[in-house]
Amino acid sequence: MDLRIADIVPSPAERDAIDGFLTPLIGPARGGWDGGAFDVAVDGRVARGGHDGRSNRTLLLPVFHAVMDRVGYISPAALAHICRRLTVPPAEAYGVASFYALFVTNPQPRAVAHVCDDMACRLAGAEKVCADLERDLGPAGHPPEGATMTWHRSPCLGQCERAPAALVTVAGETPIRTSDGPNDAARIVERLTDGLHGQDDHDPLEGPLGTAPTDERMAMLRRIIPQAGGPGLRLLARVGRIDPTSLTDYLANDGYRALRAAIEIGPERVIEEVITAEVLGRGGAAFPAGRKWASARATQAWPKNIVCNADEAEPGTFKDRAILEEDPFSLVEAMTIAGFAVGAELGFVYLRGEYPLAEARLQHAIDAARERGLLGADVMSAGFAFDIEIRRGGGAYVCGEGTAIYESIEGKRGEPRNKAARSTTAGLFQKPTVLNNVETLANVPSIILEGGTAYANLGTKGSKGHKLFSISGHVERPGVYEAEFGITLRDLIDLAGGIAGGKAVKAINLGGAAGVFVGPEALHMPLTFEHAKEAGATLGAGAIVVFDETTDILDILRRIAEFFRDESCGQCVPCRVGTVRQEELLARLAAGRPRGSVADEIALLNDLGIAMRDASICGLGQTANDALASGLKLHGVLEGVGA
Amino acid sequence: MSDEAAVGAHEVEQHETWIGPDPLIYTTSPARSPKIPGPPGRRAPELLEMTIDGVPVMVPKGSSILAACRAQGIDIPTLCHGETVEPEGVCRLCVVDSGGKVLTPSCSAKVSQGMNVNTENERVRHSRKLVLELLASSVDVDLAGPALPDQTIATYMARYGADPERFGPRGGAAAANERDERHAGHHHITDGSTAETVAQPVKIDNDLYIRDYSKCILCYKCVEACGVDAQNSFAISVAGRGFDARISTEFNVGLPESACVYCGNCINVCPTGALMFKSEFDLREAGEWRPEEQKVTNTICPYCGVGCTLQLHVQDNSIVKVLSPAGSEVTSGNLCVKGRFGFDFVQVRPKGQREG
Repeated sequence: MDLRIADIVPSPAERDAIDGFLTPLIGPARGGWDGGAFDVAVDGRVARGGHDGRSNRTLLLPVFHAVMDRVGYISPAALAHICRRLTVPPAEAYGVASFYALFVTNPQPRAVAHVCDDMACRLAGAEKVCADLERDLGPAGHPPEGATMTWHRSPCLGQCERAPAALVTVAGETPIRTSDGPNDAARIVERLTDGLHGQDDHDPLEGPLGTAPTDERMAMLRRIIPQAGGPGLRLLARVGRIDPTSLTDYLANDGYRALRAAIEIGPERVIEEVITAEVLGRGGAAFPAGRKWASARATQAWPKNIVCNADEAEPGTFKDRAILEEDPFSLVEAMTIAGFAVGAELGFVYLRGEYPLAEARLQHAIDAARERGLLGADVMSAGFAFDIEIRRGGGAYVCGEGTAIYESIEGKRGEPRNKAARSTTAGLFQKPTVLNNVETLANVPSIILEGGTAYANLGTKGSKGHKLFSISGHVERPGVYEAEFGITLRDLIDLAGGIAGGKAVKAINLGGAAGVFVGPEALHMPLTFEHAKEAGATLGAGAIVVFDETTDILDILRRIAEFFRDESCGQCVPCRVGTVRQEELLARLAAGRPRGSVADEIALLNDLGIAMRDASICGLGQTANDALASGLKLHGVLEGVGA
Repeated sequence: MSDEAAVGAHEVEQHETWIGPDPLIYTTSPARSPKIPGPPGRRAPELLEMTIDGVPVMVPKGSSILAACRAQGIDIPTLCHGETVEPEGVCRLCVVDSGGKVLTPSCSAKVSQGMNVNTENERVRHSRKLVLELLASSVDVDLAGPALPDQTIATYMARYGADPERFGPRGGAAAANERDERHAGHHHITDGSTAETVAQPVKIDNDLYIRDYSKCILCYKCVEACGVDAQNSFAISVAGRGFDARISTEFNVGLPESACVYCGNCINVCPTGALMFKSEFDLREAGEWRPEEQKVTNTICPYCGVGCTLQLHVQDNSIVKVLSPAGSEVTSGNLCVKGRFGFDFVQVRPKGQREG
């Protein structure tokens, strides 16, 4: 490509970050045209084209992260150097960088706190934390002159069981990224200060609980995953019992038995078992996983890809994090089985950027597996190749959408595809692709070991197996819970210790922002895909946020409207403008100043909802009205508004 | 349209997916076999049966639903659709009901065998009305419409009963470059008393054309024309996210610092007047823009041997803008900086001969 790129020189740190990351992958710069020193005697006489001059755009997000981690923001000089190295037009690269919330294109301090003010954290006092931070550090994103740290508000960080949560990032030679809670403003400032001073003794694998499977750790872990170590678990069976950084532990606890069995029975039988198991996708769409696998295997195009959707950004959802942090090898094994069955040689885990501990542990697991010959050119010496690459998301909820995730991996703005072909025909890089959620894949080893028929005996007619639920809000013991499909909402909430403080339930959010609100009358509902559908609700990815009688539901709804306004990709009109109009409407209701009557506002919201559902490109816009509409219908929510 | 009078599909070759302008539509009753021979060496397209508004028709495989409907004389409004750029399908004004869970964008969706399309039922009308309301409440659409069949958005606003005012009074304009600095995932929290707009000052950073993003509906056509669909300059892209998404150069640098080569092909595809010749903009500002008095002269560009078709728009004996017809075989509507803007020399006449 003939690109015009500004002639600005990156700082040594920027050059280090960019070339340090890219050179091992694509080799050093070959001359002045792609980022090296320009020598007219040489560079004036070469022309590179075709394969040699191809764009390496797919590396755009990873290299942006490298610069963010090292320098803390992406300067024009850094962008120009990246564009030379990857052969990407600067305007396009800027379009990508400015799409993602975690990439910053203006100078900011090295230490940054991202403070969650979404549903669960809101109930736990996030607004107070934000107000205190504003007092101590200045307005969000606008630090006073010379400040060493700043803060931003953030959508759900997936740490709802330890609300209020905050992600702290400190850029530098040893970058620090930690996500933890609960926090108050003082604790956040302390974490930022520690980060600025104590970069040497930071071990990203450790996390707040360490890794060694001791009784003490198990006790602490039960505050996050209360069933840990308990009986009858399938998806969480190993959680707490093994060191998540030890392949030896994993192997001693049934690890890699399923892959061995899969190799014995062959790819066709593997797919048959998954089809027989009737396992439905756990990311929200509930599509039969086996059919995806069969279809991708049948497509005559190569190379094929496996993509694991670990972009767990739905507010109130954090169940995949439990697997990623505590049993990462199981995901590696499951993806390898998927690759073997489908005939794919490369798998991507698209992991949300706000999960640093999950990333560190999964990366460690991938490296350990590769070292042991469980990934690589000849997996288990069984004559097939498979490897896994982690792609860190950039802070964009929409990238969890089934085609935006491919665009993002390809180094583009995370805009859902409009004329989407089927993934299994033309998905990632327009090649056959299987896209599965973390939890869906986590079901695979047990299906292979027990057989699809045995698996299909679990659960109900339309929802087989066990399900992970993320329970947060006003319950005694928020956390990740595993239960067989068919458990009632009430029993599940009881499992989490019931309503905190013995209060009454006002509302329950099922499925997060893209889900719906139900009232206490839904407590008897069995949690299955079919029962939820029948009740006009949804399970989504299994988020359950409980609100007691004291909750200001309008405030929660308003936050959800803000969320969609922030997270819409902006491509299509119904969603881009519709989410703004929804937010304005909710703001009027929350302030008690409806335009016309409350009934007028509800009618307007309904009109918007129909068009957003019918005419938006993707699921984000199509569901952005559901939580609001269902929430406003709850008993007593609109009481006193505009009276 | 009688069966025999059906327009020939002789221009159409077999493609897996048709990437050029929509193929001309061949329609006939299903009872008759379509036996109109194409010119030598060209095959007639494969035909599919489908139903449009209850009428069975045959349409060439690979054509868009929009093309199929327009060939039936059905009026479907579009804004982001352009004959010379790959359809993005983002404005959602052209949606039709093909019986799915959601509506279908007719500009980018292809026809398929047995498809049953309804172009104007209640569901379709509702979404079109809302799309028009949402656009008109947030963008200055006064000049929008060159891509609409009858050239004006007001007709369609009336047809669908669109009332942009129901979202409240329009919010104020942003300061210069303020929208360009907004960070994805964060926005100023509203109190809902006004309807937010994209209003902002016009960007004037060169003598050839201006960018008035208060009028931008984010149809992506200029990005496509600047990129792979025409010029391959990649000077602009969509930046930011959601309502704060905007067309931008890298870091919002001015066009002279960007990769822009001033071909003006973005102006040619802009459906809303957001991109405009400086000459037209100045006349409009002065209240002297009078299209009804303008004379349009077709000619051939004198600069090189390609022979591009030029349409000179002349007002008061001065060239005020230069277009090229989208249907031109030579240009497909595209020109280079010389053909587009290099017309000053025509107007330099010896002193004393300038008037008259």
